[in-house]
Amino acid sequence: MEAWIQFLQFLVNALSLGGLYALMALGLALVYSILRLVNFAYGELVMVGGYTLLVVGQAANIPWLIVAALAIFVAVVTSLLLERVAFRPVRHASPNTMLITSFAVSTLLQNAALLFVSPRTRAVRIPSFFIENIRVGGLLISKSNIVTLVVSLAMLGLLTVFLRRTILGSALRAAADDFVMTRLLGIRANVVIATAFAISGCLAGVVSLFWIGRSGSVIPQIGLTPVLIAFVASVIGGMGSLAGAVVGGYMLGFVTIALNTLLPQDLLEFRQAFVFALVILVLLFRPQGLISGAYSAERI
Amino acid sequence: MLVLEDVHVRYGAIAALRGVSLHVEQGEIVGLIGVNGAGKSTTLMTIAGVLQPSKGRILFGGQSILGRPPEDILRKGIALVPEGRRIFPGLTVAENLRLGASIRSDRSEIQRDLEEMCERFPVLADRLGQAAGTLSGGEQQQLAIARGLMSRPALLMLDEPSLGLAPQLVEEIFELVAQLHEAGVTVLLVEQNVDRTLEIADRAYLLNTGEVEFEGAARELRERVDFVSAYLGGPG
Repeated sequence: MEAWIQFLQFLVNALSLGGLYALMALGLALVYSILRLVNFAYGELVMVGGYTLLVVGQAANIPWLIVAALAIFVAVVTSLLLERVAFRPVRHASPNTMLITSFAVSTLLQNAALLFVSPRTRAVRIPSFFIENIRVGGLLISKSNIVTLVVSLAMLGLLTVFLRRTILGSALRAAADDFVMTRLLGIRANVVIATAFAISGCLAGVVSLFWIGRSGSVIPQIGLTPVLIAFVASVIGGMGSLAGAVVGGYMLGFVTIALNTLLPQDLLEFRQAFVFALVILVLLFRPQGLISGAYSAERI
Repeated sequence: MLVLEDVHVRYGAIAALRGVSLHVEQGEIVGLIGVNGAGKSTTLMTIAGVLQPSKGRILFGGQSILGRPPEDILRKGIALVPEGRRIFPGLTVAENLRLGASIRSDRSEIQRDLEEMCERFPVLADRLGQAAGTLSGGEQQQLAIARGLMSRPALLMLDEPSLGLAPQLVEEIFELVAQLHEAGVTVLLVEQNVDRTLEIADRAYLLNTGEVEFEGAARELRERVDFVSAYLGGPG
């Protein structure tokens, strides 16, 4: 009985953290699958969402759901703006140029936050469900974990429907296979890329709600961990594969929670080291990631 | 219908096309032949807007299409079925076909065309829900051509459609091109199967190291004595 409850507790925590990691990874992998760009400014989209929560949240009497919607909206707009202003001009340059551009954008946005907001940690107003727990039988579950779990599954579901059931969704998947060929079918490159950036921004916005909800505060470097997790998860899953990013995200979440539960107290602070040791092990045996973009190698 | 005037294309320091001029008239099948590296695929990729010429003019329906991106060229009515088929392996057969019609908004007409493709290519009809990557080479080629037709192009450009196919499939592909021609589609055909191409083509161009070496009626080209030597003896 006791073990059963512990297992259920573990499952909820792992699915919640894994879902959040999967959303992070998906936002990064989506842009990568089409542009072959690892957008390191992705973390700053989470940051922008966080500062929207801070600034709008300070204004009294705005319901949190509206504040949250605004944060997602600002992240989407920022992502689209970055595509238009920073990445489109270097789209035809080498992948290295795009990568460096993303570092530059990331640094620029972080410094803007340092300069115009504050270098210090700022407390963000968060709704009560982030702190409350519910008790089911002997089970103590935080409400935020349940919300994170449900929202991440819903986002994955929505995205799947979009990618599978709409022409624009098929165009995105096709562009990941062979970008030139999609253009030869008349599908506009700008539309496909802008859509990828918009979805990436939306995912970053949703991530920002839960990521900032966990700590209750925001600092200019808040995006660093999410982008790192997203990168690691998509590498484990297989860079360029969307399904891989989701699998990698959930796996990372499960491993992290498992280590949290299993590691003795005095080793807990080395949790990240254990996680990355496992990542190295995975990559030793499957350097192409768990789910490789099966067909990408065939490209001419 | 389509006119190329003195088109030059460079890949860095290498001149891939050195002043190619050719034209395709409404309702024709025009063959483009030559050894590997002669510039056949480069010519098609340039017309389709994937490659930009360093010099020259390209007109379609009397209008310049020079410098337009591939998306625009398709909308003008030129579809390219590129070398290597380039179907989307992770997408289903039906999704591949529907993407071919993505510039159109007439849903019922698209559905009708989809059904017509299924009639014309029965192997596709049975596999609409299957991932395109699971099709055989010949089936993938049929899918690539069907996908190209879904935009209802005025001019269909085919790049090596018979490459890598078994002999009876090669025959099927040539019959298909002849059928499309009868249905009123104008075709610009790049092929390494010279004999069959010259049989079904109205006119043909022989490319050699980025230049048009000979042009004329397909019959004429077949009868020319020095043709064989030019075709076989030209530098790669």
